[in-house]
Amino acid sequence: MFLRIVYESFRRQSRRKLLAGVAITLGVAVATAMIAVATDIGDKINRELRTYGANLVVTPQEDTLDVEVGGVNLKPPSDGAFLNEADLPKIRGTFWHHNIVGFSPMLPVTVKVGEASSKDAKDVTLVGTYFNKPLTFGKEEFTTGVRITNPWWKVEGLCVDPTRPHPSRGEDAASCGWPNDNSQDILVGERLARKLNKKPGDTLDVSGRPLAISGILSTGAAEDDQIVAPLALAQQILGKPGAVRRVFVSALTKPPDALSVRDPKTMTPEVYDRWYCSPYVESIAYQLQEVIPHSHAEQIRQVAQNEGTVLSRIKGLMLLITFAALFASALAVSAAMATAIYERRVEVGLMKALGAGHLAVSAFFFAEALLLALVGGVAGFSAGALLARQIGLSIFNSQISIEPVLFPIIIAIAVFVTFAGSAASIRRAVKFDPVFALRGEG
Amino acid sequence: MTTSAADSLLTPQQVADRRAQAPHTSMFARMLLRAAVLRRRRAASALLAMIVAAAVATAMMNLYVDVQAKLRTEFRNYGANLVVVAKENQTLPPDALTRVESVLGAKTLAVPFSYAVARTKTGQSVVVVGTDFARARQLNHWWKVSHWPDAPNEALVGMRAAAVVSPGIGPNRQPFQLTFQDKPIQLAPAGMLQTGAGEDSRIYLDQSQFRSWTGIAPSTVEVAATGSAAEVEASIRKLADVLPSADIRPVRQIMEGEANVLNKTRATLYASATLVVLTSALCVLATLMGWVFDRRRDFAIMKALGASERLINGFFAAEAAALGVVGALLGFLVGIGVAAWIGRVNFHAPVVPRFSVFPYILAGSVAVALLSAILPIELLRRVQPAIILRGE
Repeated sequence: MFLRIVYESFRRQSRRKLLAGVAITLGVAVATAMIAVATDIGDKINRELRTYGANLVVTPQEDTLDVEVGGVNLKPPSDGAFLNEADLPKIRGTFWHHNIVGFSPMLPVTVKVGEASSKDAKDVTLVGTYFNKPLTFGKEEFTTGVRITNPWWKVEGLCVDPTRPHPSRGEDAASCGWPNDNSQDILVGERLARKLNKKPGDTLDVSGRPLAISGILSTGAAEDDQIVAPLALAQQILGKPGAVRRVFVSALTKPPDALSVRDPKTMTPEVYDRWYCSPYVESIAYQLQEVIPHSHAEQIRQVAQNEGTVLSRIKGLMLLITFAALFASALAVSAAMATAIYERRVEVGLMKALGAGHLAVSAFFFAEALLLALVGGVAGFSAGALLARQIGLSIFNSQISIEPVLFPIIIAIAVFVTFAGSAASIRRAVKFDPVFALRGEG
Repeated sequence: MTTSAADSLLTPQQVADRRAQAPHTSMFARMLLRAAVLRRRRAASALLAMIVAAAVATAMMNLYVDVQAKLRTEFRNYGANLVVVAKENQTLPPDALTRVESVLGAKTLAVPFSYAVARTKTGQSVVVVGTDFARARQLNHWWKVSHWPDAPNEALVGMRAAAVVSPGIGPNRQPFQLTFQDKPIQLAPAGMLQTGAGEDSRIYLDQSQFRSWTGIAPSTVEVAATGSAAEVEASIRKLADVLPSADIRPVRQIMEGEANVLNKTRATLYASATLVVLTSALCVLATLMGWVFDRRRDFAIMKALGASERLINGFFAAEAAALGVVGALLGFLVGIGVAAWIGRVNFHAPVVPRFSVFPYILAGSVAVALLSAILPIELLRRVQPAIILRGE
């Protein structure tokens, strides 16, 4: 009998039930989407913050002083210690290798530009680096270089790549002018190119080697006055194969907290494990030192220190907005349920006149609410998942994944909110005198 | 009918006379008022829904406008986004700093830097920089400095430079001597500087001392220009006008990173704000429609007593509009409070209330209220009053 009342109620008043169901579905969908976005926003913004460039730098342990003013290196080129290029792929072997977005080695060399014999030849810094170099570590293949770590570097150049007469679509526009890592082509900084009056396709005499300029580099920093070349070429010029002066590493990190700033030497083993297994910029630096022999890794404070604050601000903001969204959708669901029940006082009167107790009437309404909440919850969860996915794709160009663990939580919230929204109305409906209800006075 | 204390002193005739003299519009107003007073529970819940929706919408709009400004100030912690450098073979005018400040306003941070390569006792080259410590400290929040110099002849020494010129730990660090073009200077290391970048290999001196020692004037001014991309663009043009001998270089690394993160955050915020505002509008719609639908008996009685369709529509519309206006007003106040609270909790600075948002909130609230009144009325209009009054 109880089941039949519930069933008939849904069958005969399908329009009203639909209204309440739609309200619950929409409320749950908004809540799901907001929770999904809020839980994922940290990771997404963290990746976007990588446009600020590397947040770690690895240098040789016994490094000498840089003597550089305005992008011009005044230090004798072969001075000081070097890292070994062969050690670099090991960066992918650190504990947090999934968090390492990319790395770029740098080898600055001072070269003479212009006709070697003429006296207007001048000293210019040539930096050897990876552009988009394919490397392997173990079985893993990956590419890395400045195109990943320094996304603000812009190159203008010729679009014809000699190694690939017909570049594949979609790649050509962005790849224009970037030299191949195995070539002898170079990029010339914007201001240097203007001074030398060179354009892409010209050749430039660099310390007696005629090198082809594949593109003009614009960075808004010291590189605008420098030459950037494949690492192998810089090593040839310097005469030190395999030498790297420093490596810039771009890693996804966790904002600093009380644990991150502690000295690992003073930690107890458990605290040390926790510190080691958290992607703090300090622990990643520590792990980089472990894999690269004779190295010293340090955070670049300008990038590393600030991203933490920006990240926590944005995460905090989204969290608060998610609360607002949850509140608003809870209210919408409650309002819809209250209206739906208030309209049915006559039914309550009839049931009570026929001898139904308070308990039976409440049970009937709660059963209806539960059914609505379950159906609306499932529909809303799927709609919310789609919505979150759409937000992720349109804003961050990557999907916002919904944790499956969210499903029972969302359903529980939906049931709870629906019950809470109905409770007051049900109590009022049950208390209502059947005589008045049946006479239509209320 | 309620009778107040004043009414009870009058005879029924006097009451009737007074009522007859009162303006005719008062019946309409009285119906509105009585409807709200007699069903105050339902009216209160409808008003509450309205207030919450308006508050949430106000908070969202306030935040959406203000958060961008808030985040921009956070991004300024990344340091300078413009660098003013002398063009080749030219120097910056001696009053470059004041010119920068006069153009961009005193709130803009501008820090002068001058560079020289000096030699240590052992003949090592080291870059020495003259700057204004108070300004540099404000601009470069990320500098980890053990102690800022505050006395003459004190220098801020980069971590790696310190290992060369003055090895030791903490207070044990010894004073050292530097030579620039045969002019020696004796310096005491006041504190260590750690940044993880080029600054670690340099020694920082106070500008005036650097000037009297080397005779070199500032060659670079780093500027933290605030505002949106367009405003920074305008700042660049203004600087180029007042400093013809200088190149104004935007720091692309900082500017592009900021633009990127800000755009993504703004888009996310926009999507979330839209969702929240829509949900709260839905809430209002559900509550108000229930309220109006509930009063189908009032509607039927008015119709049975001969009220015209226009009057009835006007009555319900006026009621909805009044609810919308009151709800928007109260909701706006609450929303400003919520936005201010979020600003304080998250950004440690209150969100400035934006009254320009109010017209939108008002219009939106009234529109939603009217919509939720009109929909049930349209349904009821087709029903005979007798059927409604019979309670079917």
